[in-house]
Amino acid sequence: MSTAEAPAVAAPALTDADADSAAAPRRRRSSRVKEALFGYALLVPAVVILGVFAYYPLYRLVHFALYRPNRFGRGEVYVGPSNITRVLGGDEFKEGLWITVKFLLYTVPTGLVLGVLLALAAHRHLRGIKIFQGIFSSTVATSVAVASVVFFGLVNPKIGKFGQVGLIDLSKSSSALRGVALTSIWQNIGLTFVIVLAGLQAIPDQLREAAQLDGFGAFRRLYKVTLPLLAPTLMFLLVVLMIFAFQAFAPIEFLTQGGPAGSTETLVFKIFRRQDPGSISEGAVMALGLFGLTFVVTLLQLTILNRRVHYGD
Amino acid sequence: MATDAAVLPPDVRRRMLMGQAGWYVLLSGLSLLVLFPIWMTIVRAVSEPFVYIERGQPYHPVAFDWGVFGDAWREGNLGRSMLLTLAVTAIVTVAQLVTSVLAAYSFAYVRFPLKNVLFVLIVASLLLPIEVTLVANVRTIRELGWLDSVQGLSAPFLASAFGIFLIRQGFLGVPGELRDAARLDGFGHFAFMRRVAIPLNRPIIASFALITALGTWNQYLWPRAATTREKWETVQVALRSVSVQHPERFNVGVAAAILASLPILAMLIFFQKQIIRGLTAGAVKG
Repeated sequence: MSTAEAPAVAAPALTDADADSAAAPRRRRSSRVKEALFGYALLVPAVVILGVFAYYPLYRLVHFALYRPNRFGRGEVYVGPSNITRVLGGDEFKEGLWITVKFLLYTVPTGLVLGVLLALAAHRHLRGIKIFQGIFSSTVATSVAVASVVFFGLVNPKIGKFGQVGLIDLSKSSSALRGVALTSIWQNIGLTFVIVLAGLQAIPDQLREAAQLDGFGAFRRLYKVTLPLLAPTLMFLLVVLMIFAFQAFAPIEFLTQGGPAGSTETLVFKIFRRQDPGSISEGAVMALGLFGLTFVVTLLQLTILNRRVHYGD
Repeated sequence: MATDAAVLPPDVRRRMLMGQAGWYVLLSGLSLLVLFPIWMTIVRAVSEPFVYIERGQPYHPVAFDWGVFGDAWREGNLGRSMLLTLAVTAIVTVAQLVTSVLAAYSFAYVRFPLKNVLFVLIVASLLLPIEVTLVANVRTIRELGWLDSVQGLSAPFLASAFGIFLIRQGFLGVPGELRDAARLDGFGHFAFMRRVAIPLNRPIIASFALITALGTWNQYLWPRAATTREKWETVQVALRSVSVQHPERFNVGVAAAILASLPILAMLIFFQKQIIRGLTAGAVKG
């Protein structure tokens, strides 16, 4: 962190907004160079970390995907892009992708609806409403691992209270993913609630009151006023929940270890299992596939974030 | 509201009270639904496991055994894993604060070429979450000899694109007049950062620090992948060995999960407002 302290003495003065009108051009240029160097120096720590642990890995994934470790020596054999197309077109990847999408379909719509319902119920003037709001947001404190332990006790086929319920039976490949999804849905309730509630609180009360005076009933108010104004928040939440669904890992490892018969092996789970020299090439291609998926959804999020920031000014 | 209600005609007042009662019933029902998994977890923790299963897993505790929390603490080696997790959390939080504030300041106040390109590159790293980079980062950490170490657990998270973005937004909101005044007072960049920019944005910086701490303490995938020995497991990873790997003594496992959540629960109670502000940053115009 020497960058933070060392240049303190030499730190240039605050930029003059009207520098162009200043008199001494040479001094101006040298102070500009100093200013730029200072700017870069402040970026060094963040850029190094993100470079080594975000961008360099991307390069390495491509490398792992194109090369195969030599079985005997320490060298590598170039296998080329055919390896990438083979894995992306192969059954393992397609299966993992499909299971990931199914997991998304089980968790995201349900989670969104639950969050909106809880927030609508708790957004009103009532004595003690803070207590209910606290309860609804309480799962923010549970980690994925804790939530997984909690639901292991509820849905495990041997010791779970609801282990025999057909719809979420972890011992059957047709229903196991739903049992896992339940864990994620519950764990995300807190965050979803908190975000929707904040969105509701940002809507001015006058709008609702005006609608009421115009003779709008409760349902028409909800559809014509509240939900449209909540749309950006819901859009943001949709993206966040989708990314959570892509990234789910702990509930699967705790509850099913990917089984039965691979029916809960999402992409992230498959990637995690492919780290040894023999399978890292396949794992890397799958990770690139997951990157593509995250790419599309995150770009969506960034556009939304950006738009909101502009509106904010 | 209460005074308004008092002057209303009695039948309107009664209808309002009935409506309120209805909301309380609904809210209580929903609360039970959300809390039900937590309640069942507590029941399971304090009940003797064989008696509990034998009685058909009732909704209330049977054959109380408070000693389970002590057992969980010892068997899960929670003292060590909590200390380790605390160390990683502290390092990651402080580092993210420092790296994010410095970078955010640079983007908000310093003029240099290629600023926009660099900013886009940094924000674009949000496209590379740990789930995507996992395989490669584990390899890097192994090559550095950092598997099973504090530096291995923390290194990938010492900077945060989200933090830079968020704090830069805050810095950009500082009124230009304040900058002019600071310049006239002869403030350099560091004086301005320390005495004006940071204090004015303390709320958003504090919220960011809190949700970073929360996220780091609760993290699972990376510490799971970057450790090979039980000794180096963070508390979340340790939960796996102590719970689902011993279903016959599951009461100990759930007790460990409860203990692991207590620090976060305490944080949430003390800093509820700040944490919620952090969690909702970006979702709603602040």
